[in-house]
Amino acid sequence: MRRRLATFLHRHAGVRLSLLLSAPMAWLGLAYLGALAALLVTAFWSTDTFTGNLIRTFTWSNFQDLVTGEVYRTVALRSLGVAAAVTLIDLVVAFPMAFAMAKLASPRTQRWLVIAVLTPLWASYLVKAYAWRVLLSSEGILGWGYGLGATILTLSYLWLPYMILPIYAGLERLPNSLLDAAGDLGARPWRTFRTVVWPLTFPAVVAGSIFTFSLSLGDYITVKIVGGSSQLIGNVVYDNIGAANNLPFAAAVATVPVLIMLVYLSAVRRTGALENL
Amino acid sequence: MNLSRTARAALWTALGAGLAVIYLPLAVVVVNSFNADRTFGWPPPGLTLDWWGAAWRSTGMREALWTSVQAALGATAIALLLGTMAAFAVQRYAFFGRQTVSLLIVLPIALPGIVTGIALSNTFHSVLGVPLGLFTVIVGHATFCVVTVYNNVLARLRRLGVSIEEASADLGADTFTTFRLVTFPMMRSALLAGGLLSFALSFDEIIVTTFTAGAGVRTLPIWIFENLFRPNQAPVVNVVAAALIVLSVLPIWLAQRITGEASRY
Repeated sequence: MRRRLATFLHRHAGVRLSLLLSAPMAWLGLAYLGALAALLVTAFWSTDTFTGNLIRTFTWSNFQDLVTGEVYRTVALRSLGVAAAVTLIDLVVAFPMAFAMAKLASPRTQRWLVIAVLTPLWASYLVKAYAWRVLLSSEGILGWGYGLGATILTLSYLWLPYMILPIYAGLERLPNSLLDAAGDLGARPWRTFRTVVWPLTFPAVVAGSIFTFSLSLGDYITVKIVGGSSQLIGNVVYDNIGAANNLPFAAAVATVPVLIMLVYLSAVRRTGALENL
Repeated sequence: MNLSRTARAALWTALGAGLAVIYLPLAVVVVNSFNADRTFGWPPPGLTLDWWGAAWRSTGMREALWTSVQAALGATAIALLLGTMAAFAVQRYAFFGRQTVSLLIVLPIALPGIVTGIALSNTFHSVLGVPLGLFTVIVGHATFCVVTVYNNVLARLRRLGVSIEEASADLGADTFTTFRLVTFPMMRSALLAGGLLSFALSFDEIIVTTFTAGAGVRTLPIWIFENLFRPNQAPVVNVVAAALIVLSVLPIWLAQRITGEASRY
């Protein structure tokens, strides 16, 4: 019996493949995508203002409120701005760090540096945001207080390793001989960076930016911890589920970061960034 | 490369400063857990172990810790199974939609956590009618943990190639025997590394958890968040934070020891 099954599987690659794909696809393809689709459908429903029950008839009203509401436009733009600022700060901080790790350190040191960058990645997100709450509080060591700046600072801190690691991996793949060749042909470091290093590591940079951008865009916890009163998209979604009990509107708001990410992902697909994740 | 001495020094300084910025806030939390001052006055007026004792005696914390361990174990078990299956399919077969499978596995961590959170909670709540609890937390966590196992196994399979498995088949081993005696032992460390990272990812997660946990279930991150804004709980919360920082070294250190390479996140 076992023998026959083994022979059957050995001969039929298609059956093997379908068996392997069955469970992951049922989970992620059917259940997860299904859940996302159901959420999208909910965005076109509404709630009864008296009873709080769902009204399952098609309406554009959530999206109309979203587009016409001055508040939501401000929040959406602010979230985009925060995500862009965090990505930019992380890029500027991460690139020199990754370069020193990949091109200046000896292989032995390199291993330790990678661990040094990876370790805090697995320290609790909440604990790291909390650490900044303590540092920034008015009695704290820095004492800068809370607000939009604190949010950007904390998010940049949180996602920095996500930017360092892909860039480091990209730089490690970049052969040193190319840098030597550029130098031998008379290029100064800055020119070598601009014409050789940057174009070849760009996919890795984009891969890192996917993390920093997406993670910042959906965040609402950091905002609650250090953000003071300046809300982001995530907070609007959260408040509409909790306090306002308006799931359809929350779902409509949640489509904003998803749309932004889909646009972003399809825009960067061609750079080959997705293979660098 | 012909970098000037100044440029080299500047790059090393940037690296050093960056690492300092990464570690200093964490160090402050750890030091504060011994700070005798209740409001974390700096520099600490004295050192004490009182908060560690108080944190250990906190039943809410201990229950939350146990819930987190259960959730992380459950999610990791599912992620190991699904991630390995998907990695084998993508690495060993060429088929239509292979890219889509990769994208689908990355999607739960590429999309903002709040979207995954409300999508799942909505499905459990209004579509399937499953009451929210530990089970739904595990399902939610497993969804975004698959990617860690998948990445580790995929990288291992890519490096191994198929020649050893073919040799095993040529020597008369059937599909199952080859898997048991050849393939599985060679990818065991990748599974362990992926599993550890998946455990750590689940243990730390708060956003998806918030939406899938229902009223009675409290994981450690949720407990921390609930107590974060209570001034009289601050020292205890800080101790838990410090403990988590110290503990977070473990999975990465183990994964490193096991695979001898920087594991993929």
